[in-house]
Amino acid sequence: MRILMFGWEFPPHITGGLGTACYGLTKGLAKQDVEVIFVVPKAYGDEDQQAVRLVNASDVVFDIENKEHHEYWSKVKYMEIGSNIIPYVSPEDFSKVVEKDKKETETFTSNVFSKQYEFAGAYGTNLMEEVARYALIGSTIALKEDFDIIHAHDWLTYPAGVAAKESSGKPLVVHMHATEFDRTGENYNEIVYAMEKEGMEAADQVITVSNLTRNTVVNKYGIDPKKVVTVHNAIEQSLLKDIEEIKRNLKEKVVTFLGRITFQKGPEYFIEAAYKILQRDRNVRFVMAGSGDMLNKMIERVAALGIADRFHFTGFLKGAAVDKMFALSDVFVMPSVSEPFGLVPLEAMRINVPVVISKQSGVAEILQHALKVDFWDVEGLADAIYGLCHYDALSDTFKKYGKEEVENLKWDDAAIKVKDVYNDFMPA
Amino acid sequence: MRSICFYFQVHQPYRLRPYRFFDIGEKHDYYDDYNNQFIMQRVAEKCYLPMNQLLLDLIKEYGSAFKVSFSISGMALEQFQEYTPKVLSSFKKLAKTGNVEFLAETYAHSLSAMKDKEEFVSQVEMHTAKIEELFGQKPTTFRNTELIYSDEIGATVADMGYKVMLTEGAKHVLGWKSPNFMYANAINPNLKLLLKNYRLSDDIAFRFSEQGWAEWPLTTSKYVDWLNDIEPNEETVNLFMDYETFGEHQWENTGIFDFMKALPAKIFAETDFEFATPAELGEKLQPVSSISVPYPISWADEERDLTAWLGNDLQQEAFNKLYQLYEKIKDSNDPKIRKDWLYLQNSDHFYYMSTKWFSDGDVHKYFNPYSSPYDAFINYMNVLSDYIIRVEDGSSFDNLKEAASDLADKAGKYTKKQAKKVADKVKEINFDDIKEMSNAKVKQLLKEVDIEHIAVALKDAEKEVVEKVIPNMTKTAKKTYDDLQKELKKVKKTDIKKYRQAVEDKLKDIFG
Repeated sequence: MRILMFGWEFPPHITGGLGTACYGLTKGLAKQDVEVIFVVPKAYGDEDQQAVRLVNASDVVFDIENKEHHEYWSKVKYMEIGSNIIPYVSPEDFSKVVEKDKKETETFTSNVFSKQYEFAGAYGTNLMEEVARYALIGSTIALKEDFDIIHAHDWLTYPAGVAAKESSGKPLVVHMHATEFDRTGENYNEIVYAMEKEGMEAADQVITVSNLTRNTVVNKYGIDPKKVVTVHNAIEQSLLKDIEEIKRNLKEKVVTFLGRITFQKGPEYFIEAAYKILQRDRNVRFVMAGSGDMLNKMIERVAALGIADRFHFTGFLKGAAVDKMFALSDVFVMPSVSEPFGLVPLEAMRINVPVVISKQSGVAEILQHALKVDFWDVEGLADAIYGLCHYDALSDTFKKYGKEEVENLKWDDAAIKVKDVYNDFMPA
Repeated sequence: MRSICFYFQVHQPYRLRPYRFFDIGEKHDYYDDYNNQFIMQRVAEKCYLPMNQLLLDLIKEYGSAFKVSFSISGMALEQFQEYTPKVLSSFKKLAKTGNVEFLAETYAHSLSAMKDKEEFVSQVEMHTAKIEELFGQKPTTFRNTELIYSDEIGATVADMGYKVMLTEGAKHVLGWKSPNFMYANAINPNLKLLLKNYRLSDDIAFRFSEQGWAEWPLTTSKYVDWLNDIEPNEETVNLFMDYETFGEHQWENTGIFDFMKALPAKIFAETDFEFATPAELGEKLQPVSSISVPYPISWADEERDLTAWLGNDLQQEAFNKLYQLYEKIKDSNDPKIRKDWLYLQNSDHFYYMSTKWFSDGDVHKYFNPYSSPYDAFINYMNVLSDYIIRVEDGSSFDNLKEAASDLADKAGKYTKKQAKKVADKVKEINFDDIKEMSNAKVKQLLKEVDIEHIAVALKDAEKEVVEKVIPNMTKTAKKTYDDLQKELKKVKKTDIKKYRQAVEDKLKDIFG
């Protein structure tokens, strides 16, 4: 069985959970004897290609004059409309990207439809045009390669998936890692929404990463529930490292929020819960690690509540600093308003940090050893955090079984489910 | 004769280094030594040194007719001592002329007047002691951080014995009144007040190089005309400004130095003004009225209030959390805790957190190490959180003393133990150890010891010892030994002991 897979990123060049998930899934599929041709907009050459054959869309020569593509081109042309949709990047990167693009716009317009085009592979202002270009490459590749099924990850690659289906006539599976509603709340971008919807409608099967996402797909996109199946994400064990015990210089318990500081992640509920706890117990420190468009507002809120001596901000953390942050933490909190899956709590559990997660996260559907509260339930959140800080029996239990639980969330199992999906389309 | 009173504020903060959450509880060095030194040296080069020289030359030229006054914060003085001793000695030269008055202020250039009277008074005392030590004069005029003043602050300053205080001639306080008279504090009329003439001060300090200004370029003739326009009954024009105006805010190429160099001569020639220090004006002028300032004013921004330092939640929070420590700190003798306490009170830290400068431009940005007020807040709170831990864990100095005495104790014990060990080792080599010795060593021993002694010593000795010694004897020794055995059938225990001891001594001599 051979799969033509479209993804927007692949480790180590990732900005969010999408690339990590693709990596884990393809490795799992390889063990199930599924061959994967993985197309990325831009390949850097240092990707792990044990499980996949990576195709760099930037290397594919495509002739816009070719009549075969004209029909498809007329359909996707609306995507040229530039729009500042940047699903995963931090606001800092966003402004950098926008700045950079402003300078490059002129040369860009002529380039993107040339025969060969170097994709940025990032989430910038040229994104829509790159998505369109990527779709054209998709149809070209689909004609050249030999495969059984097409599998596209998230909306950026759906047009490519659809184009490949049209040019090859092969079945299409689209994979929903995050919906537009998860990224932006109710102020969604209509173009993105339409692309997601059309992609799912054109697909023969939709895979969602959680039942939460499945509900969104069914209720908000009107997709036939019969063709939507949930395959929960897993965690790529090899990407997890054991973190060395480090010396702790703070005698207080440390409760950590780590992620983008945006509406979706619910940072304000974390602050309100911190305030409630600090009124009763000063021997706790709270840390908000990350950056995002709500950071300044959150700093102001902490100052107004008068808890800045117990509530700390680290700014954006990466690499070793993230590990260190986990190692210093007694409790990890993910109060997301909307989280299709949510990988970070698993990373915390893996190194013996008990977690509190919102019921509005996909990962809550599969985890046993985590405290789950509604994101808006500040009292409940405070209670859960306080409990993990003070009742050792509880936190010890979570540490003991949490790690084990996470280590059993294997991509191998998810891959078997995905292969089952593929099998439905294979000739008997 | 009417007076012109020049007063210059000299201040540089100890800026904080980027201090991360991870440093809390671990690292206690808070200051950006590199940048502080760099900035101090740069300002010294561009402003302090050339301007001091210029003033010194003017004093040489005009003698007692030309006078100025300074307040130099404790932070600036410490950095002169640390980074630019040349600047300090040039200020000392100015002090020696007798034409320069040095004013009192809070040592840390702090906002302590807004929070704690006791702390405020103690900082002022600290500052005056430093001024006296460095410049040989005891200040009698007071100037609060950024000219911050209220009736209450004035009353405190009067209680401390100061005769004159400087503040802003804020429009909302003065109303129709002119700043060009002596005023008095509303609570204690013994404190005389000199008010800044902000128009004529800011013409030099802010507008001098502003090419969009209708009066640009500012010449001494124009400035002297404005002085002559002042009503004849008005007594003093108080020109208060940052000293960094000269060479830093207004660069050398704006002509600011030339302007200042030429100004006194022009004033002497064309006006009835002379130069006076605040203390002299305190002697000479009587207040025309008291002035009521129930809410604090400052010389900052359009509003002339405290919103640049304590205007938003971030600033209030940092300020309150800092001063909550006061009770715990006031009796601390730990020099490091005391030093950081001062440095962290510096008003600049709060200034950097101001969100006003989204609209209120350049002045706030000057020497500001942060890209946003939020960064400034986070960094300050991280530092403060570490400082709070140090304060609450008891003074680290006491801990240090304890640790030191512990260490001394341990070292003592260790030395004794080692000494004992060595002694034990010497003692430990005893007769029975022979059985463990190499044949070579036994042979060596036999060479050194009388065979008769050995023979006696071996009586009653352990079997293994005997078996070790005998095979190592030379033939002759063996013969002597064998012969002796017959004679030594009955030997006194004391003799055995004696010879055993003799052999042991020899052993220690050779191998100990």
